[in-house]
Amino acid sequence: MRPFGYAAPATVEQAVGLLAAEGSEALAGGTDLLSLLKDDVERVDRLVALRGVAGLSGIELDGGMLRIGAMTTLQELRDHEDAIAALPALAVAIDGVASPQLRAMGTVGGDLLQRPRCWYYRRGFGLLALTGDGRSMVAGGDNRYHAIFPTGQARFVSPSSLAPLLVALEAEAVVHGPAGERRLPVEALYRAPRTGGERETTLAPGELLVGVEADVTGSRSAVYEVRQRRSLDWPLMAAAVTLTGSGPRAEKARIVLGHAAPTPHVASAAGDFLSGRELTSETVTAAGDAAVEGARPMSGNHYKVQLARTAVRRALGQAAGMEI
Amino acid sequence: MKGRRVTDDAKRSGFSRRSFLRSGAAGALSGGLAAGLLTGETAGAATDAEAAETVGPGPVEVELEVNGVTRRLAVEPRVTLLDGLRDGLDVTGPKRVCDRATCGACTVLEDGRPIYACSRLMIESAGRSITTVEGLGSPDAMHDVQQAFVDNDAQQCGYCTPGFVVATAALLARHPAPSEHEIEAGLGGNFCRCGTYKGIRAVVAGGTGGGVSGG
Repeated sequence: MRPFGYAAPATVEQAVGLLAAEGSEALAGGTDLLSLLKDDVERVDRLVALRGVAGLSGIELDGGMLRIGAMTTLQELRDHEDAIAALPALAVAIDGVASPQLRAMGTVGGDLLQRPRCWYYRRGFGLLALTGDGRSMVAGGDNRYHAIFPTGQARFVSPSSLAPLLVALEAEAVVHGPAGERRLPVEALYRAPRTGGERETTLAPGELLVGVEADVTGSRSAVYEVRQRRSLDWPLMAAAVTLTGSGPRAEKARIVLGHAAPTPHVASAAGDFLSGRELTSETVTAAGDAAVEGARPMSGNHYKVQLARTAVRRALGQAAGMEI
Repeated sequence: MKGRRVTDDAKRSGFSRRSFLRSGAAGALSGGLAAGLLTGETAGAATDAEAAETVGPGPVEVELEVNGVTRRLAVEPRVTLLDGLRDGLDVTGPKRVCDRATCGACTVLEDGRPIYACSRLMIESAGRSITTVEGLGSPDAMHDVQQAFVDNDAQQCGYCTPGFVVATAALLARHPAPSEHEIEAGLGGNFCRCGTYKGIRAVVAGGTGGGVSGG
């Protein structure tokens, strides 16, 4: 790693002040950032350690409102019996994170804001991985794990384990910055960069994700991940669904794909189709088909379209308690 | 902050001291969100806008407990816990293999939790307690897990073994009688390229009184 400075603020205000300086990056669990620094994919002048910042970690279940501090580790969340009981799909999303070591180190904020796994990005070719004359290395190269819903030249996939579920739940992100606090849908944390200089998140310099909040009452959620190996691997495709209302009919359905697009991909056509309908084998299958409408797979990832259909179908089946 | 060295003042006051105290305080607070942090009521709670000091990129004194002994050394902030243990403190049980939070050969316990030492900065472990394979037991007085690795011939080249021993100890501390699924999930963060998994399963099964099928 290249040399860098290090600051360990005690308060969110201090952290925000430090992060506003150019070349500063927040350090949470470090499992992703340190690898990027070792590989010289990212460079920093100073790391701002969040570990000692008061009040960033913890879990509250207040009525039906689940609040999770950004520095809560994935293991702490997994071990929180009330949170898991209120939102069992969390257990599936967390257990999908590769190993006990990563769950002990990795944080909720770090999971949401980890950088893409695209191997062109990880080799230093940038998030868009364009050649000097503007052609996509991904489209012309090995894209087996890349997006089936590319956005412009952004063809990497959003890697977060928790984001699809939180987006399906319409969770809010709480962000502190130089101008104070703002709240935004977790969905709005993400964007597909249009230029090589843009990041895949909407956080401004100096802004810090301090936590997320989700109303977990009155809905049923499920996460289904498709993976090649059971341990130490990333899902090839993931689907998260939230069904509002009880009984066989979904008043409202939110269906979100992970590992499918540069952002958590809200399959709105599929959600709209299912909203107000009874969940049956036929409607669930149709929702899976609707979820991949408009997919534009590349040379090596057509298989992910079928994985997305299946993941949606199975997630819906689990949320509705159906045998699919 | 461009290439600033740690100041004499910072050395004198001791990064380790302050960070030790701070870690202790944070530990006492953990388990609850700061009052109102997620509800927009922080203004009164934390108005301390005084910037925290930036140390490094030169060496910074760090104090931490390693295998029950308080150790102090000067490391650059970029030095990982793994490299600091091996190169700075000559604690060479944790192995440097992938160095990318994947293979598990560097697994140590930090405050009792299994972590990849390759992906924790040593400065982040200031004030904390680290246990490596050396801290579990010695050749003369082996930990049960170490003895079970010997008894079950659960290693070949041995490079992954220290990490597996620590991860296994952590697994059994959480689940004294793990199910097969818990074994797979609990040791899923460690690789053995020689493929000694059958022996390692036997080690864990020994802790359960048997009953876990091998391979």
